[in-house]
Amino acid sequence: MSILVVAEHDNQSIKSPTQVAIAAAQVIGGDIDLLVAGSGCADAAEAAAKIDGVSKVLCADDPSYDHALAENLAGLVVELGSNYSHILTPTTTSGKNFMPRVAALLDVQQISDICGVVSENTFERPIYAGNAIATVQSSDPIKVLTVRGTAFDAVPAEGGSAEIEAVDIKHETGLTEWNKEEIVKQDRPELTSASIIISGGRGMQNGENFSLLESVADKLGAAIGASRAAVDAGFVPNDMQVGQTGKIVAPDLYIAVGISGAIQHLAGMKDSKVIVAINKDEDAPIFQVADFGLVEDLFKAVPALDEML
Amino acid sequence: MKILVTAKRVVDYNVNIRVLSDNTGVDLNNVKMSVNPFDEIAIEEAVRLKEAGVAEEVIVVSVGATNCQEQIRTALALGADRGVLVETDEDMQPLAIAKVLKAVVDKEKPELMIIGKQAIDGDNSQTGQMLAALCGFSQATFASELEVADGNAVVTREVDGGLETITVKLPAVVTTDLRLNEPRYASLPNIMKAKKKTIDTYTPEELGVDVSPRVKTLKVVPPSERESGVIVESVEELVDKLKNEAKVI
Repeated sequence: MSILVVAEHDNQSIKSPTQVAIAAAQVIGGDIDLLVAGSGCADAAEAAAKIDGVSKVLCADDPSYDHALAENLAGLVVELGSNYSHILTPTTTSGKNFMPRVAALLDVQQISDICGVVSENTFERPIYAGNAIATVQSSDPIKVLTVRGTAFDAVPAEGGSAEIEAVDIKHETGLTEWNKEEIVKQDRPELTSASIIISGGRGMQNGENFSLLESVADKLGAAIGASRAAVDAGFVPNDMQVGQTGKIVAPDLYIAVGISGAIQHLAGMKDSKVIVAINKDEDAPIFQVADFGLVEDLFKAVPALDEML
Repeated sequence: MKILVTAKRVVDYNVNIRVLSDNTGVDLNNVKMSVNPFDEIAIEEAVRLKEAGVAEEVIVVSVGATNCQEQIRTALALGADRGVLVETDEDMQPLAIAKVLKAVVDKEKPELMIIGKQAIDGDNSQTGQMLAALCGFSQATFASELEVADGNAVVTREVDGGLETITVKLPAVVTTDLRLNEPRYASLPNIMKAKKKTIDTYTPEELGVDVSPRVKTLKVVPPSERESGVIVESVEELVDKLKNEAKVI
């Protein structure tokens, strides 16, 4: 078997969910090629070559692949991918964007967000917001898969020495033009890779009160998340959302503050190693998944916690 | 301009789903069914474009068993003009649904297709992108803002870490994220009016689409349960447990 993993990167470095997808590919077994497609992405390709377990890096460096526009990137992956038994990429917004396009063009039913590998054609994946796990078997000749970022242990970023092969294929459909991005730059770790996360819910009452969490996050080196309720109420932007419709996280420590624990939130964080819940409502469902629960008003508990750290 | 939207019939988001004891799936008997919430956002966006004079007609499509008519009627009550039901009892997977939608697109020639970013049953997040691929159209997924002008759509997308804005040439497929809009409730007069709107029914065979499933579900199980934790009495105790017992801080 030969496996193509499509890397997520920022032209300089490889983003860590890629290493999780490679880990899933290792469970399937076979030679693993890593595709780095971008514009001015030589540094990312260098970094890709060092990742443990990669046989070969394919570097497609062309302006048409800038910003990973789905139409152009899918054309490239289809052209390269037809020689492989499996095509994998992490379940990020970028992976979710281009991969179904690849699958449709190859006439393959993609299997999204796998959280387990049973055999080369059989996989586990969450359905109904993680309230059920389905084991599914593909009958397609090529398996097109996206990999849940928390389901496998990332392979080390160092230790490999793969050769880099330049791929001279252009796919410029001209269908989409990239205008701009507003990426929130922050000193804190990203939600999907943070080892500690502190999240606020509707109980925070407003956006200003999230500063209470910031102080604790700074001391713990934690990322800050939010429940869908807090996002819907306009307290914080959507990219902070943890849950079925937001980000799926599994840090070592997850502190849920003023979060009741709706199913859709639990779906995004219940694989965390240690869960702490702080809520004044002792009947809140969040306590059912928490390792340590504290029934107290968050406006008393969080400042107290802040002081003790 | 014509807009095509979808209305998938799914288990209502408020229902606590239960896995069947024989592990063949989840229990759908006597469970409340609704329009997929992300499709509701798609319907709302299309109706707003019609109200703004950008679109002339909104066509709503559902693919599945006869009772998907209920979800089409809901969409018609929310302001869609006309329904299309592609009726089948087959286990419909995203690729097959995208092929069926393409056949409807070929008939109706909409310039804009607005589709939920994912359905809350299968959580696949594939159909819109696949439809765009099969039609050779541009795509703008996870939209939180949509503006249509001069044969283009300018779409702000929710991406990891923030927002991205792209311009896509029409015809295009847009998939909806949560913050695109807040769907309205259907008024009683509109629910009555919706009963008079037409729904055309086809089968996949009539549309010339092979919908045989490519992926077989072998079993469905509940997720592993977490062991129940402890309630601590104070912040001091919490910090002590995290430091000395769990050793995570």
